[in-house]
Amino acid sequence: MAEVVLDRIRKTFGSTVALDDVSMTIPDGSFVVLLGPTGAGKTTTLRVISGLERADAGDVYIGGRLMNELTPAERNVAMVFQQYSLYPHLTVRQNLEFPLKSPLLRTPREEIDRKVEAVAKVLQISHKLDNKATALSGGEMQRVSIGRALVRSPAIYLMDEPLSSLDAKLRADLRVELKSIQADFGATLLYVTHDQIEAMTMATHVGVLDHGRLVQFSSPREIYEDPVSIYAASRLGQPRINILPADIFGSAPPNARSMGLRPEQITQGSGEESTVIRVEHLGDQTRLHLAFRNHTIITVTNTHTELSAGSTVRIEPHNPFFFDADGQRIR
Amino acid sequence: MSSYSVTEPSAGQKWVAGALVATYALITLLPLIWIFATSFKTPYDAIAYPPKVIFDPTVEGYVNLFTTRTRIPIDQVGNLPPPANFAEQIVRDQGMMITGPSRYGARFLNSIIIGFGSTFLSVFLGTLAAYAFSRFRVPLKDDLMFFILSTRMMPPIAVAIPIFLMFRELGLSDTHLGMILLYTAVNISLAVWLLKGFIDEIPREYEEAALIDGYTRFQAFYKVVLPQAATGIASTAIFCLIFAWNEYAFAVLLTSGTAQTAPPFIPTIIGVGGQDWPAVAAGATLFLIPVLLFTVLLRKHLLRGITFGAVRK
Repeated sequence: MAEVVLDRIRKTFGSTVALDDVSMTIPDGSFVVLLGPTGAGKTTTLRVISGLERADAGDVYIGGRLMNELTPAERNVAMVFQQYSLYPHLTVRQNLEFPLKSPLLRTPREEIDRKVEAVAKVLQISHKLDNKATALSGGEMQRVSIGRALVRSPAIYLMDEPLSSLDAKLRADLRVELKSIQADFGATLLYVTHDQIEAMTMATHVGVLDHGRLVQFSSPREIYEDPVSIYAASRLGQPRINILPADIFGSAPPNARSMGLRPEQITQGSGEESTVIRVEHLGDQTRLHLAFRNHTIITVTNTHTELSAGSTVRIEPHNPFFFDADGQRIR
Repeated sequence: MSSYSVTEPSAGQKWVAGALVATYALITLLPLIWIFATSFKTPYDAIAYPPKVIFDPTVEGYVNLFTTRTRIPIDQVGNLPPPANFAEQIVRDQGMMITGPSRYGARFLNSIIIGFGSTFLSVFLGTLAAYAFSRFRVPLKDDLMFFILSTRMMPPIAVAIPIFLMFRELGLSDTHLGMILLYTAVNISLAVWLLKGFIDEIPREYEEAALIDGYTRFQAFYKVVLPQAATGIASTAIFCLIFAWNEYAFAVLLTSGTAQTAPPFIPTIIGVGGQDWPAVAAGATLFLIPVLLFTVLLRKHLLRGITFGAVRK
């Protein structure tokens, strides 16, 4: 395991800038999640670290060593692809053994067997080991793909939305499993996802990417509680942060264009009147859709609320975020 | 998954379809059946009119194909030792005696060396070139691909004279190496284009995964790409072999002795002692077998799909 440092990485594809001056330190033993919509540069970041893409400018260090000129094999990284890419001509067992048998590792037979069995057990695919890789369901394929990374002890695990194609139960299981692998073995992970629950539950650090720029890099809690911009604030939180005109509740700092309100920043029962449009009972959470001066606000309320569509609720902001015309936070 | 509602064809429809296919197959197979039947006829039966469909089969054609014979001189009739084997018996019955083996075996071996040699070389070079064109940023890639294709835009025989002169200068005339190089040159464009199509279909993720799993690019190529390109390689090899195996014009022009292949040799069989059509038919029948075997052996790869969706599209 090792610390991974990106220093002013720039990567373009033709006229598209995929990564624009990205610097990031992934501490040894950390679980870093990259968040951002499609095209933000998340996958490109993984590919630059792995050596599958060469950066146009900037340096990649793994464990203090400059990696720019090294091949993917020499970098000792493991990667789980978004498109699960099992070798279709091999069995599940042969797929899992493949990295261990590489000229890089040349693992002894007994150790290969031991590691493959252990990983197969964790991923619940022991009974499928002798199946052809093509004879698996989508979820099983993805688990084998994760397994092919886990059999190794690389400098860093790079994972590109590894859980996105799994069903909810398995996703929850593997989330716990990945987190414990990171915690127990001190593994370093860089993990790309769209799923903010994965980000919140697993990450020690979250990097928010916007059009190839790293806009914020800190703990998930800090990004949630202290976002640098509307964009960063919108990455985390369900329901999403409400963005309203800055002066909708009256006074606002100078230059403020908009106000951001998470559900816990909305005090119910005092302040201005708003009308309930809809009540959504999600089981563990009850959401209120409120109409307030031509704006819709979505917030959470008591699970067993008496409110229904048409009711009136008084609301008042509590320590709201203010943003300027560019969406940057005003502190 | 898209759903089609396919109704099972009725028994009548199946019967009509089956009859059509069988008729078509019979029409295309008829010349082959004719050759095969002729190879087991006597020379007399072979030219009988109306043609004989039912006849007494004999291996005379095959014996004549593999032997050289001479008419038994009058003074020796009765003095010869009894025939040593069935082949000698058959020849004696024609009033002839065996004087030695024919050159068919050697020509057949030449065909095997040159046919399989050039097929191997075409597919080997074609696979490497196709992989490079498919995966690497090659300067002027499209122009090069077009240039490679353009070598097939005229019939190869159109350049026979320059090639003849070239071969004479280089000492390649009537050599195995010369014929292997020539057939490889003709086949390579087909091989590159066919194989590039197959390799393009193999997702890059497999190689990228192998690179990260600790393999070099070349190792990724032969451990991951080659097994998946097996289908394409097999079908390309069949096409290359069929061309090289059947090629006649260059073989006539450029080979006469050591490197002569079977196609220019077979017609010469007819010359000895009348028109020996059964021997020619026997030569042609045996000549079909290697390509047939090769195709049957590789059939499994031809029928199998390339990948079965281990990459999510």
